[in-house]
Amino acid sequence: MEIIQIVGLGLVATILTLVIKEQKPMFAFLLATFTGVMIFLFLIGKIAEVIRVLERLATQAGLNLVYLETILKIIGIAYIAEFGAQITRDAGQGAIASKIELAGKILILVMAIPIITVIIETVIRLLPS
Amino acid sequence: MTYEVNTIFYIAGIGIIVAMIHTVLKQMGKEDWAHWVTLVGFIIVLYMVATFISDLFTEIKRTFLFK
Repeated sequence: MEIIQIVGLGLVATILTLVIKEQKPMFAFLLATFTGVMIFLFLIGKIAEVIRVLERLATQAGLNLVYLETILKIIGIAYIAEFGAQITRDAGQGAIASKIELAGKILILVMAIPIITVIIETVIRLLPS
Repeated sequence: MTYEVNTIFYIAGIGIIVAMIHTVLKQMGKEDWAHWVTLVGFIIVLYMVATFISDLFTEIKRTFLFK
């Protein structure tokens, strides 16, 4: 029942944040950041297990591991970008948060280009010339 | 997990205590001291949070196969 731990942690952190925000908003921000980091660290263990299973399935299926690696990197970029953007937006800097999200999208696009190229080449080869 | 939950209370406690010291010093008329106390407390907490963010990033790098 890890979800109870997570929810309890979130509630406690929220209450403490509300208490401190009156006096020192900076500490409240750091507390919120730290809570986010803790929940992410907690979840990443679970994600690692899922990734192990995916890797095993991919090797069993004889898949090229480059594709799996690219997908994992894309998920990681989405993860970090989302985290940074949420923290930044929480601190009231919506503009910087949007830029972080934009950077995440563009980096994901750059990573996906080899896969897109392979798909398009395959489709072109299938077409009768 | 249990070890890290304490860190939340550390941060909140440092925040409350620093706010208290700030108020007391302000009442005594020592504004500059009050600001230094706030700055030191903030740096301590910032160091803790930065350490944990660094942990998170290394963990993400390890999990998602970034080289």
